[in-house]
Amino acid sequence: MNWRGNALKFCDVAGLPALEPFVRLLAGEDVKEQLKGIAKFVVLPVAAVAVFLLLWSAAARTVVTDSMRLPSPTDTWTAGKELFAMHSAQRAEDLKVKQEKTMQAVTLLAQANAVTKQAESATGERKETLLANALVLKKKAVQAANYRPSSAPTFVDQIITSLKTVFVGFAIATLIAVPIGVLCGMSPWCNAALTPFIQIFKPVSPLAWLPLAFLIIVWAYSGTQPGDNFFDKAFLISAITVSLCSLWPTLVNTTLGVASVDKDYMNVARVLKLSWSQQLFKIILPASLPLMFAGLRISLGVGWMVLIAADMLAQNPGLGKFVWDEFQNGSSQTYARIAFSVIIIGLIGLVLDRIMIFMRNLVSFGDPQAA
Amino acid sequence: MSVAVLDRPRSKAIARPAPPDPLISMRAVCKGYGSGVTRNEVLSNINLNLRKGEFLAIVGFSGSGKTTLTKLLAGLEMPDSGEIVMNNEVIKGPSQERGIVFQNYSLLPWLTVRGNIALSVDRVFKHWSRGERRDHVEKFVEMVGLSHAVHRRPHELSGGMRQRVSLARTLAMKPNVLLLDEPLSALDALTRSVLQEEILKIWEEERQTCLLITNDVDEAILLADRIVPLNPGPNASLGPAFSVELERPRDKTALNHNETFKGLRNAVTNYLVAVRQKSRDDEALATEASPIELPDLQPRSLRVPRGRAG
Repeated sequence: MNWRGNALKFCDVAGLPALEPFVRLLAGEDVKEQLKGIAKFVVLPVAAVAVFLLLWSAAARTVVTDSMRLPSPTDTWTAGKELFAMHSAQRAEDLKVKQEKTMQAVTLLAQANAVTKQAESATGERKETLLANALVLKKKAVQAANYRPSSAPTFVDQIITSLKTVFVGFAIATLIAVPIGVLCGMSPWCNAALTPFIQIFKPVSPLAWLPLAFLIIVWAYSGTQPGDNFFDKAFLISAITVSLCSLWPTLVNTTLGVASVDKDYMNVARVLKLSWSQQLFKIILPASLPLMFAGLRISLGVGWMVLIAADMLAQNPGLGKFVWDEFQNGSSQTYARIAFSVIIIGLIGLVLDRIMIFMRNLVSFGDPQAA
Repeated sequence: MSVAVLDRPRSKAIARPAPPDPLISMRAVCKGYGSGVTRNEVLSNINLNLRKGEFLAIVGFSGSGKTTLTKLLAGLEMPDSGEIVMNNEVIKGPSQERGIVFQNYSLLPWLTVRGNIALSVDRVFKHWSRGERRDHVEKFVEMVGLSHAVHRRPHELSGGMRQRVSLARTLAMKPNVLLLDEPLSALDALTRSVLQEEILKIWEEERQTCLLITNDVDEAILLADRIVPLNPGPNASLGPAFSVELERPRDKTALNHNETFKGLRNAVTNYLVAVRQKSRDDEALATEASPIELPDLQPRSLRVPRGRAG
């Protein structure tokens, strides 16, 4: 019976109530009750999606102009399959080229070795020339071995770039927001000083931030060559725009969480005469983690939403740029591809949100009120 | 003679051997919150001696400032005037010498039962080895009968179990004085009665100086050596002390038929009810004493008499 308890707990913590009736059904609980659960969490959503697809098809038949039309679900699906097929084809091609290059490198290296051997037996000027030749061959081999395919990024590459960008931006935001939030929560003075900034900058749209982020990055990169920086300029501009927008929910929630630590916990800390750092790490931070994670969850959601716009403007090769480029090039596939990427963007957002819910549930401790 | 409460008539003073020096004394302590018009005086002129090894109970209605009194003793709040002295030193802040059990348990919800107790033990007995500290924690977990639940977190425990953990956490600090701030008020009657007996048992083993704040007269009589009523606030002050002359170990069921117990219960309850009535009467009188002075107005016609017009 214990596996059932663990499985139910997992469903609860992972935020997957849809699985719960199945677990209970497997454990042999009341079938009727579980069927009700399945109807609610599985059948109903599936039916709703079906209705939506029908409406969508109807709309696709209606919304038609001379040059373009709303893609139907089937068009979208086909476009999506094609995008992935293109990705695999590209990968296969790249792999082939890479293998060829590797082979080339091996041959060149062998030649270089042969020339070096010849040079050992030769003397005088001839030896010099042979050694120089060997060096040239070796250089060529290294070049071939280091070959990177320079084809345009595929849809999957763009998804990966987008994810990387959002995580870098989110990490920067977290690293800034959590310490400042803790500080503001602990000191009302600090909070009073920072409140005007928070209030003013919180509602600013990413589109307004972006030129400033651009300016800062260009300033930071001035005097360096393109290619000798770890991060791409456009990537950093997007990431910083994401962090500037996703900073605020974490900051506000951390402040709230730290400021609203139960006074009784603080009394316990005072009676035990915990030092400042012990109070922070043993009482304040654990007590404010649930609210902090609620803030992080909102931040990541905002970040993902902002990223698409930032990608479009900064020309960071992510999903936003994909949508923008498709819109600009206007092939027959354009709108189907955009519709497909809308769905992919939504699905990734959903997965990110679920991950954050899971993490928040891990750090929550039952009902804080009751303890 | 026990002179626990100064400047007050003693209604039930009973001859006792000369009391030992008080461990904690409160001298003319006043405490209020807020300032200006929102100022609210909670306690005024509190004088109390807590002697070494005694179990003192303070009984009062809710809202009369009992929790403020414990916080003052614990050092979590500072008196506005007067002083609180422990071992000839003025209390300036919280200390591990005075362990406090809070009404709402105040357990840290992210720690297990063991974690909660270990937090205090690790802090208070820093110089002990890890093994010693672990054994110490186990001993107190066992004392409150929670060995089966050491790995559980507070939200998985019942109210009674939570208060046991809280009690064990405070007892494990080995404080000189134990301050119990309505520890059983939030519990149902059955759990309450069980825990009363357990507190009694633990106290009779350790004979630690203990101050219990409660609103339950029976509980006070069952546990305490001396009962001091707290007159209702605002401006709450202490009433005359009642000595509890009941043999220890005490048995709850037997006490119900004990004449001393019954008499004491009536005396304390009557006193409390009488003071409350008096404070209500005073309040009513204070409102009546200043009636609003009505202006002397008389109706007067403003109509212009006929004939004069034009």
